[in-house]
Amino acid sequence: MAESTDCHKAQQDFPKVLILKPIPFINLVGEQYFASNKFTFLEAYDSSLPLHQFLSTHSPSIKAILSSVGAPPITADILHLLPEVGLVVTTSVGLNQVDLLECRRRGIKVANAGSIFSDDVADFAVGLLIDVLRKVSASDGYVRKGLWATKGDYPLGSKLGGKRIGIVGLGNIGFAVAKRLEAFRCSISYNSRKRKPHVSYPFYESVCELAANCDVLVICCELTDQTHHMINKEVLSALGKEGVIVNIGRGAIINEKEMVQCLVQGEIAGAGLDVFENEPDVPLELFAMDNVVLSPHVAVFTPESFLDLRDLVVGNLEAFFSNKPLLSKFGDW
Amino acid sequence: MNHQPTPQTGKEKNPNLKKISGITMESIGVLMTCPMHKYLEQQLETHFNLFRLWHCNSSITEFLKTHQGNTIRAVVGDTNIGADAELIASFPNLEIVASYSVGLDKIDLRKCEEKGIRVANTPDVLTDDVADLAIGLILGVLRRICASDEYVRIGKWKDADFGLATKFSGKSVGIVGLGRIGTAIAKRAEAFGCSISYFSRSQKPFANYKFYSNIIDLATSCQILIVACALTEETHHIIDREVIDALGPKGILINIGRGAHVDETELVSALLEGRLGGAGLDVYENEPEVPEELLGLGNVVLQPHVGSDTVETSDAMADLVISNLMAHFSNKPLLTPVI
Repeated sequence: MAESTDCHKAQQDFPKVLILKPIPFINLVGEQYFASNKFTFLEAYDSSLPLHQFLSTHSPSIKAILSSVGAPPITADILHLLPEVGLVVTTSVGLNQVDLLECRRRGIKVANAGSIFSDDVADFAVGLLIDVLRKVSASDGYVRKGLWATKGDYPLGSKLGGKRIGIVGLGNIGFAVAKRLEAFRCSISYNSRKRKPHVSYPFYESVCELAANCDVLVICCELTDQTHHMINKEVLSALGKEGVIVNIGRGAIINEKEMVQCLVQGEIAGAGLDVFENEPDVPLELFAMDNVVLSPHVAVFTPESFLDLRDLVVGNLEAFFSNKPLLSKFGDW
Repeated sequence: MNHQPTPQTGKEKNPNLKKISGITMESIGVLMTCPMHKYLEQQLETHFNLFRLWHCNSSITEFLKTHQGNTIRAVVGDTNIGADAELIASFPNLEIVASYSVGLDKIDLRKCEEKGIRVANTPDVLTDDVADLAIGLILGVLRRICASDEYVRIGKWKDADFGLATKFSGKSVGIVGLGRIGTAIAKRAEAFGCSISYFSRSQKPFANYKFYSNIIDLATSCQILIVACALTEETHHIIDREVIDALGPKGILINIGRGAHVDETELVSALLEGRLGGAGLDVYENEPEVPEELLGLGNVVLQPHVGSDTVETSDAMADLVISNLMAHFSNKPLLTPVI
């Protein structure tokens, strides 16, 4: 009896990892698979207290935060209420929801999803591109409606081989996309914040110049102040009437209104989109188009990736609480 | 999708083709079996004396009621209607069958050889497109791209998250038939970190992939099985219940060959019963009929035989058909002869 009380007490003493909003990934994998003897989760959303009050009450024991896409941003305000926090772990690669400057200022370590999603996201980007060019989803729907037998052959698609691919953001994901598309006889060029020294793909200084020199733009970069609405009417016009855009980054990298207009007016030929500015809202105009393929932000959603992510999240937290090096540290502080 | 018209659309002669021969061929009777491609039809009309079988209800008998059989010296067929024994017998002056396809299953090759009729097809120009579609089908099935597009369009995303698909990268791929198309598929799958193995009539000395002399062993060993071989008597229903069961509930079948490669009834029941994980199909036993049971399944992707159906490739195939015909009638070597 005493033992179980001690155990219970011990768990209560574990450092707390704050979660602000339910994380679908944890539910999909199963919360039991995140059990550790080094920490426990503290779910702010379970409490009836207003958030600020909840955080102030529990701040002495909150040593780390687990953040995810779609959750409330980890702002300077929140960090101010949690002086004991030494680590922010995100379930995403993107860190636009975390105030990185504030973390650096406070010496709070940050760990993201590293490169574990790179394969899955790259696979999905290629799948979206083939779908748009070869009209896979559209003609699948055509068959299911019985139209092949009654209306005849579906209109021709466009060949992927030989297309010039422009990668926006040549990080882990961008690189994985490039390697795959090379096998389809595509040529690759890119735009990034800086030219990559050991990369043989042609580099373009501006995303507009990249667009003007390729047939397909694949958005693989982070969402930051600089990349917000970076893909606008000017870039899309440079891409041209035969051009296709694929976005597996963040919706807000593209000026969605302008992109929709370009699609409606035939200024670009098609789009494959996994992300949108106001998920889960998707511009209604896109629903009528058969040259657009839409997916509900699922480029990372495979069980294999999720198990890898589980290992990484638990691994990072346990490393932190054991004073060991993080597995997927972001930043140089 | 909008595309720039190719230079050769319309009735003008393709100047490149004319260079092949200074002889006018406008009197040579060519029978086109189906309306396979507008540009091809236009080029045939321009360069030859074109007859359209579908104007006679696609019936040879009906055609012969209003046309002399001996006018036809060339037949352009495709995957729907080729040149069977009946057709060959009906046209005593037939010299060449130029197929708007790489597959030859609709052509009675034995009869052609017997009668000294040349046969040409369209290899290589369509290899990339068919291989691309095979990968597109894999991603469509495993990553549920088509299903998720539908999910968003009918407004379900607002209610709930879509759920998990299955990873493609790193999966084991088995290819039935390591010809041009099978090899092109292998090269693409390798870029996704997949391991490649294959079953073929004989081991390919140049291929660095694991060879299985038995298709059941191949199906047992891989997670994604792709049919990429020619349809012959030996490969008819090569994917039967035994192979499907060996592939199993986590396996997926991709068919970019011919519908008759697969025992369609067995495939349908395996999918309905969960004995097969999923399927990506571009071809069916009785096109354009598709088994009704498949139409409601979320773990299949169905394509209307579009393996080579891009603007670029359709035109390239058409040019090859015309070039072969012109070469033949100028007594020059065929570009892509079969017989």
